[in-house]
Amino acid sequence: MDAVDQVFQVPSPRVVRWQARRRALKFYALIAPAMLLSLAVVLVPGVLTAVASFTDWNGISLHPGWVGFANFKEILSDPVFWTALKDNFKWALLFATIPVVVGLGTAMLLLKRPRTRTIYQVVFLIPYVLAAITNAILWLNIMYNPVTGLWGWLEARGIVGQAPLSNLHTALFAVAAVDMWHFWGFLTVVYLASLRQTPPDQIEAALVEGANGRQLFRYVYLPSIRPTLMLMFVMITIFSFLAFDYVYLLTGGGPAHSSEVLSTYAYNLAFSSYEFGKAAAVGMIMSLFGLVASVFYVLLSRRELRA
Amino acid sequence: MNITRSPWRSIGGHLVLLFLSAIALFPIALVAINSIKPSLEVEKNPLTLPKSFEFTNFRTAWGFGHFSSGFVNSLLLTGTTVVTVLFCASLTGYVLAGKKVRAWPVITIYFMVAVTIPIQLFLFPLYFGFAKLHMLGSVFAVGVVIAAINMPLAVFLMRTFFLKVPQELEEAAVVDGAGIGRLLWHVMLPIVSPGLLTVGVIVGLFAWNEYLITSTFLQSQSSYTATLGYLSMNGTFSTDQGVMMAGAMILILPVLLLFIAVQKYFVDGFVSGAVKG
Repeated sequence: MDAVDQVFQVPSPRVVRWQARRRALKFYALIAPAMLLSLAVVLVPGVLTAVASFTDWNGISLHPGWVGFANFKEILSDPVFWTALKDNFKWALLFATIPVVVGLGTAMLLLKRPRTRTIYQVVFLIPYVLAAITNAILWLNIMYNPVTGLWGWLEARGIVGQAPLSNLHTALFAVAAVDMWHFWGFLTVVYLASLRQTPPDQIEAALVEGANGRQLFRYVYLPSIRPTLMLMFVMITIFSFLAFDYVYLLTGGGPAHSSEVLSTYAYNLAFSSYEFGKAAAVGMIMSLFGLVASVFYVLLSRRELRA
Repeated sequence: MNITRSPWRSIGGHLVLLFLSAIALFPIALVAINSIKPSLEVEKNPLTLPKSFEFTNFRTAWGFGHFSSGFVNSLLLTGTTVVTVLFCASLTGYVLAGKKVRAWPVITIYFMVAVTIPIQLFLFPLYFGFAKLHMLGSVFAVGVVIAAINMPLAVFLMRTFFLKVPQELEEAAVVDGAGIGRLLWHVMLPIVSPGLLTVGVIVGLFAWNEYLITSTFLQSQSSYTATLGYLSMNGTFSTDQGVMMAGAMILILPVLLLFIAVQKYFVDGFVSGAVKG
């Protein structure tokens, strides 16, 4: 009797601990679905890729042979790999400048136009919400096509030269142009939302001090949106090293690998030449870049990690 | 704000915005006008307006693009992704927002790193796993994979929505004796439902538009999504631009209408994951 009373009146430390553990267990159960799904789809296959990158796995055999660093050595001596890597850097450079400048400029213009900005935002976002397949095929067929497209029409009138996607020197830029056409509106919307969060009293104070438009941007808006600019810069860099859809759809990495990027290089190794070991090794190298970027991403988001 | 701006500078700004609007819309406008032109007319000059409205292009495109089965597959895949993501991400977002478990920083960092993982890191073993289990061609299985890929973003978005729920509300519910299930279903769900809608809309859009995973896994015509069906048309119909453009319109119109109808949620979704305060 005494023991039972004790449990109901003043729970013993053991019971308290047990209850706390049971509650914690319930919360872990709530996380379980997302974690298990991510582990099954991303982490476990990711680890398998890491293992496969040291084998000569061809996708069929159940007992791939261990080859050590041979895949990595072969890739590093493959000129196509270096073209792809260089293209990824060019891609990052293009995306970290052109859409950022256009996005920031348009966001500043829209900031002063509260009545028209909704309609402009919708218009700028339309290419962003359409599927990569739709956008790529429409550019292939009606814009870049040397026979049936706008390019062919201009070419016939001597205004432009050779079709850009079949030219070694322009293919990568022509692909990047389509991807940027689809992407920049997103930046406008993000930057605008960030600009609008600038504390109004800061803006007023600057105006009272007699700041002109450029000073207002430089000393009030820019510091206020710096975290967003940084985050977008990191995200753009990450996604520049993962770029796949538009390259694969528009050129497949060609002509003559001139627009190859790491992701298309890996994909072709896997599904065209069935060298999964090598493809896995490229995947590992790509992840290395991702890892570097994710360090910055975590650092930028450390506020969310504060207890 | 009280800046006096000269009117011609304001007009200059509008000219820039209008010019960029034209760049954004021009290719799509070309698709629209050429979708109702016969192929010969497209070839002669893609810039002329159609002389007559011809809807045969649409009928041909609908058939050869396998759009009737494609849209069903796209809807099933997108539905699978959205339901899976909303269920998993809202539960995890709730736990992370309230820091209910001691491992919350580890889990948060795990999902942050997962954002930067290239699909090529896990695609190849996943593909052979699916082949072994005879799940290549299953839109539901692919929907779950796409859910897993979008999970980190969705978790972070849901987390911010749960952070906005006042603490007192949860405490009051617990004092009233509500268990976790009832708390989540009756108290939290109604409050975060705008958040669920936002996350559902953008994850749904990403699933609908997905290319790399779907084109790798769904290789039989019966499992093609709407976009994959259209892609398969490109090889056979690339000479008939009228039909190709009609196919593009079939893909553009539903997305465009939905986007314009609920653009607030799209913009919220794009922005809330990207703006740092």
